[in-house]
Amino acid sequence: MFAYLANPARFMRVSGRAWRFVAASGIAALAIGLYLALAVAPPDYQQGESVRIMFVHVPSAILAEGVYYLIALASFVALVWRHPLADVAAQAAAPIGAAFTLVCLATGSLWGKPMWGAWWVWDARLTSVLVLFFLYLGYIALVNAFEDPARGARAGAVLALVGVIDLPIIKFSVNWWNTLHQPASILRMGGPTIDRSMLVPLLVMTLAFVLLFAALLLLRMRATLNERKARALRLAAPPRRADPVSTGAAPVLR
Amino acid sequence: MRAYAGLFRRELLLAVRQGGEIGLVLGFFVLAVVLFPLGVGPEAEVLRRIGAGIVWVAALLAAVLSLDRLFAADYADGTLDLLALSAMPLEGVAAAKCAAHWATTGLPLTLISPCLAALVDLEAQATVLLALGLLIGTPALSLLGAIVAALTLGARRPGILSSLLVLPLYLPVLIFGAGAVEAGIAGTGARPHLLLLGAVTVAALPLAPVAAAAALRQALD
Repeated sequence: MFAYLANPARFMRVSGRAWRFVAASGIAALAIGLYLALAVAPPDYQQGESVRIMFVHVPSAILAEGVYYLIALASFVALVWRHPLADVAAQAAAPIGAAFTLVCLATGSLWGKPMWGAWWVWDARLTSVLVLFFLYLGYIALVNAFEDPARGARAGAVLALVGVIDLPIIKFSVNWWNTLHQPASILRMGGPTIDRSMLVPLLVMTLAFVLLFAALLLLRMRATLNERKARALRLAAPPRRADPVSTGAAPVLR
Repeated sequence: MRAYAGLFRRELLLAVRQGGEIGLVLGFFVLAVVLFPLGVGPEAEVLRRIGAGIVWVAALLAAVLSLDRLFAADYADGTLDLLALSAMPLEGVAAAKCAAHWATTGLPLTLISPCLAALVDLEAQATVLLALGLLIGTPALSLLGAIVAALTLGARRPGILSSLLVLPLYLPVLIFGAGAVEAGIAGTGARPHLLLLGAVTVAALPLAPVAAAAALRQALD
C-alpha cells in the first residue's frame, strides 16, 4: 500500500475520498464518546465528577506519545526508502501531536488542582510529558528553520530518530529522579482496574481521537502537497510585472 | 588513526590560539554559578542543598553555549566540505571534533568545578562526587551536542534553536550527575548514579558520531 501511495497524485485522489469518511466517523465516535463520558458514565466514588476529565486526558496522552513514534517511523521510512510522502506525513503530524501533548498537560493540570491541590506536581509522568512537548517544539522549530524545505525535512528526520532513541532514556531518568525525591507519595489514578462503565467510554473516546487525528493528518498532508503544487506553478509561470499594491504585500518567493 | 589525531590536534590548536574561547566558556560557567547565590540568598544551608544542581545546570548551559564552535566555522569557510571529501569517514570527523570539544570545554569545567563547589559550600566528599560526575558526564554533553550542532548548520538563528533541541536530550545527564552528589550527601550511595551516568556516555560514544555524521551529510548535500 505504501508503494502504491508513493505517487503524490494517486495519494491526493485516494485521500480526497478517504479523509471525509475518516473525519465523519471520527466526529460520530466523538459524539457517542462524549455522550457516554459526560452523561452515562457514573461519577467516581473518590474523584466525583472530575473523573470525566480523564476521558479527554487519557486519549490525548496516548496520542501525544503515539504520534511521536509515528513521526519517528515516518522519518525512518523517509531516510531509508526516500518515500516521497513520509516527510510530508512526519511534518504534518508534528503540530497535531504537540497539540495533543498540550491538551494532555492542560487537562491533567485541571484535574490535578481539585485532586492533588496543585496545578503542577513534579511527578515523573508529568515531567516526561512536558519533555515530550519540548521535543515536539524542537522538531517543529528545526523543520521550519531552513530556507530549503527539503533540508529542514531531512534534519527533522534525523532529529526525530535521535529523539525516539533518547525518549526511553529520558523517561527512565525522570522516573529515577522522581523516586529519589518523593518515594512514598507517588500519585496514581484510581485502582489497578477500571470499571467497565468507565472503560467503554474511554475506549470510544480513544477511537474518536485516533480517527480525528487520522483525518487531520490527511487534511494537513493534502494541504502541504497542494501548497507545493501551487509554489511549483508559481515558480514555473512566466514572470509578471511586480504589482505590490494589488496583492497587498510584496511577492514572497521561496 | 593519524588523520584522527591530526584533526584532534588542529581543533585543539584552533581553540587555544583563537582568542581564549576556553576562557570565555569557563567565565560563563563561573558567572552562571555566581548568579545563583545572588538570586536565592547567601545562606550556606540553602546553597549546600542546591549547589550540585546549580553547578550541573551551569555546566549544561556552558556546553550549549559552546556548541556552535563544533562545526559552524568549518561549515562557513568550506573546511567541512574538504573534510567530507577526505578519506576519513565523517563519523571519524565527528568523533575527533567531539573529543576536541570535550578537551576544551568539559575537561576545563571539570577541573574548575572544585572551586565552584567551594563557592556553594559543598563538603569534600560531595566535591569529589561533583568533579567525578562531571568527568564522566561531560563527554556525553559534547557527543549529544555534536548531533544538534550538525543538525542546525545553516539554520536561521542556530544558537537559540540548538539550545531548544539539545537541552531535553541533556536531561538524563543532569539527573544522574546532580543525583550522584545528592545521594552522596544523603549517604544513600552515589555509585548507581555514576554508573548510569557512565552508561549514558558509553551509549553516546558510538551512536552520537554516527547520528552527527548523518546530520553533517544532509547539511553538506
